[in-house]
Amino acid sequence: MRYLPLTDDDRRAMLARIGAASVDDLFRDVPPAALSDATPGGGFDALPDHATEMAVERDLAALAARNTTAGSVPSFLGAGAYRHHVPAAVDHLIQRGEFLTAYTPYQPEVSQGTLQYLYEFQTQVALITGMEVANASMYDAATGVAEAAAMACRVTRRKRVLLSGRLHPHYRAATETFLRYTDIETEALDPDPMAVEDLIGRVNPGTACVVVQNPDFFGRLSDLAALADACHAEGALLIVAVAEPVSLGLVTPPGAMGADIVVAEGHAIGSPLNFGGPGVGLFATRKKFVRHMPGRLAGETVDEDGRRGWVLTLSTREQHIRREKATSNICTNSGLIALAWTIHMTLLGEAGFTKLARLNHMKAVELVEHLETVPNLKVVTPTFFNEVLVRLPGHGAAAIVETLAEKGLLAGVPLSRFYPTYPELADGLLVCATETTESADMAALAAALTEALR
Amino acid sequence: MSPATPTPTLTGNRGLHIEEPLIFEQGHPDKCGVDLPEPADKPDRLGGLARSGPIGLPGLSEPEVVRHYTRLSQKNYAIDSGFYPLGSCTMKHNPRLNERLARLPGFADLHPFQPEATVQGALAVMHRLSAWLLGLTGMEAVALSPGAGAHGELCGMQAIRAALDARGDDGRRVVLVPDSAHGTNPATAALCGFRVRGIPGDARGRVDLAAFKAALDDGVAGVMLTNPNTCGLFETDILALSEAVHAAGAYFYLDGANFNAIVGRVKIADLGVDAMHINLHKTFSTPHGGGGPGAGPTVLSPALAPFAPLPYVVHDGAGYRLVEHVEGNARPFGRMKGFHGQFGVFVRALAYIMSMGRDGLHRASGDAVLNANYLLARLGEALTPSFEGPCMHEALFDDRFLKGTGVSTLDFAKAMLDEGFHPMTMYFPLVVHGAMLMEPTETESRDSLDAFCDAVLALAAKAKAGDAAFFTHAPRHTPRRRLDETRAARHPVLRWEPPAPTRAAE
Repeated sequence: MRYLPLTDDDRRAMLARIGAASVDDLFRDVPPAALSDATPGGGFDALPDHATEMAVERDLAALAARNTTAGSVPSFLGAGAYRHHVPAAVDHLIQRGEFLTAYTPYQPEVSQGTLQYLYEFQTQVALITGMEVANASMYDAATGVAEAAAMACRVTRRKRVLLSGRLHPHYRAATETFLRYTDIETEALDPDPMAVEDLIGRVNPGTACVVVQNPDFFGRLSDLAALADACHAEGALLIVAVAEPVSLGLVTPPGAMGADIVVAEGHAIGSPLNFGGPGVGLFATRKKFVRHMPGRLAGETVDEDGRRGWVLTLSTREQHIRREKATSNICTNSGLIALAWTIHMTLLGEAGFTKLARLNHMKAVELVEHLETVPNLKVVTPTFFNEVLVRLPGHGAAAIVETLAEKGLLAGVPLSRFYPTYPELADGLLVCATETTESADMAALAAALTEALR
Repeated sequence: MSPATPTPTLTGNRGLHIEEPLIFEQGHPDKCGVDLPEPADKPDRLGGLARSGPIGLPGLSEPEVVRHYTRLSQKNYAIDSGFYPLGSCTMKHNPRLNERLARLPGFADLHPFQPEATVQGALAVMHRLSAWLLGLTGMEAVALSPGAGAHGELCGMQAIRAALDARGDDGRRVVLVPDSAHGTNPATAALCGFRVRGIPGDARGRVDLAAFKAALDDGVAGVMLTNPNTCGLFETDILALSEAVHAAGAYFYLDGANFNAIVGRVKIADLGVDAMHINLHKTFSTPHGGGGPGAGPTVLSPALAPFAPLPYVVHDGAGYRLVEHVEGNARPFGRMKGFHGQFGVFVRALAYIMSMGRDGLHRASGDAVLNANYLLARLGEALTPSFEGPCMHEALFDDRFLKGTGVSTLDFAKAMLDEGFHPMTMYFPLVVHGAMLMEPTETESRDSLDAFCDAVLALAAKAKAGDAAFFTHAPRHTPRRRLDETRAARHPVLRWEPPAPTRAAE
């Protein structure tokens, strides 16, 4: 057993030193009735025994081979998960054992590597979102939005959360679930891609926060400044979710529109799709709210010799100190995915990040040109970054997607996957382009859709 | 020895410890580490929402980026480089096979919303991992989606709340939590609308059964217990505890942070547990990554299984299906996370479980307990064990052996850093004074344990000999010496800001 260094001689010598008869003897505090291998006919007999590295690799590689990878076919899937090219250096660096196999930096004198990159990460997140401070990451954007809503209730001492119907349905569901058993009320508007939501009219003195997404789940970019003003006039906070972090290289950031808390899904930068997880939640806010913020924070200080260094700080907000009065129960976050994010961002820098964003947008503009050649298809998103909603009147988008998948084309994400109880959305299809999308792929999509919709 | 630092060098670098500025202090706007094609020049569709003005990100070339992060990595302690006996955290070896398999394009390059027919292998991974977790725990159902241990706790406690609501029981709002519990337990209970009632421990480091029974009444929704507990001890009365919980009409949540001590030996269902989270990043070897990502799948009893959150995988005649909306008789309490959970972590954990198998996991928990007892035996000579052995996977000491030396648990830990060892968990659990919780795990060799014990025993002798300054000014040989945490908290500096002259020019 390749992961276990003890030999039988070691075990014998160690047991002698301990004064125990056997390893099993060390489990003598376990009630015999609870010991499985002591139960006749019980135990774990149905489970297989250990396997060689070669056998495990063969077995799991066979499962991997049963999947169609997004990169092997033209793919236009987005809906909160975006496929970008990740430079080779990123994955090489995050696999350095000193990053990969370290724990949370509880001993800062031997964790300066982790702490410094978290501080750099926090700075990058604050800069691109247009906010003053950011934490060291959340699990993902969905849980980040939920935590942001709870934080807004702490800041405002109010108990009502208003969710846009254009919020990613998973962010909405995770937020509703997170707050379900607290004394906070959530109100979520219906998903309606065609209407303009009247959020401003719903903000009142009881509102703790309004949660919107930009670009929204249907791809539309909006100016949120008026909504921010309306929130602030009533003493509420504006929370802005960003599902595609690359958009922040081209679009006015939420901070500049008046957002109080910004939550973004970071995994599109630095990480492969990974079937959706693990992700990394970017979480930024105003300086004055920092003590209400959930999650870990790296902060600058000096050591005994006066040299600059970093520590985890403001931990009096956290569960291990405050227990039931903590700002959140979060402990482990998403350190390594945050590292991948910050390395990719550092490789990009100002020039690369803004160019990547522009490239994505131009690809989407080109994609829309192709789509507009398809008869019986309507592009309904007026202003967008790299994703649009199209409608296929008279057709179920899910069936079209299945048909095209059989032909080796991942055409988009049908809205029915999220809104099965809204038949009026069944003809909706989310389609996205990134820098990885080729012009030929777009032409192929237009041709395949033209045929399928005939 | 003088408390002063070794003679400074001219550069501030010290051999392999190279001072590394922030990226913001070394970038140049004209540099870029990525070559990208030129974007087309078409009218934009941003609706007038284009960003104005620079963001302020530094630009670095690829070699500079590689060197920056390589140098940062060299300032970190890690399991790959040494013994990391952080109690309750389970710093065991992270097999590289897991990393290789998680990176297969067939797993890494899958979009979460591809049609089911194109991701049958990925759903099979989730299904197979679920089957293993259920087989090892004997439980009814598993929710894979929680993102980490604390998130799994939330899953279990929300399932309990959902079950209470479903039976119309709105009088139960108290959760019993032993004083020795992880801080996440009370924080989680509070998130589910429960009030926490503390339960004292007894002189043997276990839950006081009489006090526990006295605290149970018809206002109690459930109990959150860690077993083996945070003192590293098996709760000998666990069957009586769970029986009392159920007799009182409440549910039993087990914090599975220490499942690695009993995996392959004890079926959780046999303890009368209703819900338990499993830290894949502890028991099943996936990397901690400097603080995540982990994964906290939560196993549920038949009483709680109907309330498991979305999504989950089922296997029927047509193959694997991902259930994302309410169907059948299920009454999911909601959705905890975006997409389908920490899939990349699932692949790694499955690779480990398949590598170890039934017999290997049994041996791993045995060796973990053996290693901890070996530390208890060897260090017990000079340190003060808090409770009598045998312990399970971790050994708890307190600071009585330092009494009168002028050396604290913190000082002792900092001196261990100088000797090349990551310290144990300090000051947790809270039930003993100056706690030192040591968890060696099964992946340490006897030589490694002996080297650690020799160093700790030598330090203990030095402390007792009265050389307090050796400790109070440690560490001296680490990339940084003791850092001023009070200053960091009092005047928080949480991001880099451009130096003042630049700001004035804006």
